[in-house]
Amino acid sequence: MRSWWWKIFGGLLVGYTIIGGLLMPVPRLDILNETIRNLYFHVPMWFTMIILFAGAFIYSIKYLNSGNLKDDIFAVQLTNTGIFFSILGMLTGMEWAQYTWGEAWSNDPKQLGTALCMLIYFAYAILRNGIKDDEKKAKISAVYNIFAFAMMIPLIFILPRMVDSLHPGNGGNPAFKQYDLDRNMRMVFYPAVIGWILVGCWIASLKTRVGLIKYNKEEKSLQSDFEK
Amino acid sequence: MKAKYTLVTILVLLLTTTIAQAQTEMADTMRSNGKIYVVVAVLATIFAGIFAYLIYLDRKLTKAEKS
Repeated sequence: MRSWWWKIFGGLLVGYTIIGGLLMPVPRLDILNETIRNLYFHVPMWFTMIILFAGAFIYSIKYLNSGNLKDDIFAVQLTNTGIFFSILGMLTGMEWAQYTWGEAWSNDPKQLGTALCMLIYFAYAILRNGIKDDEKKAKISAVYNIFAFAMMIPLIFILPRMVDSLHPGNGGNPAFKQYDLDRNMRMVFYPAVIGWILVGCWIASLKTRVGLIKYNKEEKSLQSDFEK
Repeated sequence: MKAKYTLVTILVLLLTTTIAQAQTEMADTMRSNGKIYVVVAVLATIFAGIFAYLIYLDRKLTKAEKS
């Protein structure tokens, strides 16, 4: 394992949030009750997704600059891991909404925005599978990835805040501040976000390394074919 | 001096035994509070398993990269 300390650190942080998140005191609020603890697990999924997609965005630009297929492998695997975390975030959000908002899907602006964002990234995966030529695939998907990231910002951060939403911090709803004031929650929430981002990056790095090994193997076999 | 120490130890021993008899000490932590600790233990186990699996994959990949 190369530079392992941040992986262990991330794992320990998430381990701490599982224990602390379930046992440490939280504010007593109506309707939310104990589900307020979901904040420690549902929200970090989205933070991780955003960081992974941002990484994919950077590597897509890098690929367009360098034309190096290794950068494309980074971009793809970061995006795939991001999609995985977005699915987890969506499912946990729907479970939470079922018992606090009354229904799993209430066409909340943030739900809709995120669903659109997810569809855009699903299309990315499908688009890639549809192109045979490696260079062409990498180039088109890099351009598409930049577009997808540029779409994600308004869909998740701007549009839901301009209309009334059930999510905290949007429209007339009380914001994070209310929970943020609670010291105990902050002690778990921030480690949870950092821990999950690290674990997400770790998973993405594993997938990237698999991709790189495959790429190097193909490169080698191509070279030996060429030498023949 | 020695007699004093023995007296203190005997007293301490007596005290502890009486306390122990007063509230029979059992491993109650995992059974209290609606057994939430059990759930915490299960979740912690699952995550520990995933964590160990990630480490395993990481090591395997390092080996594959070297060969």
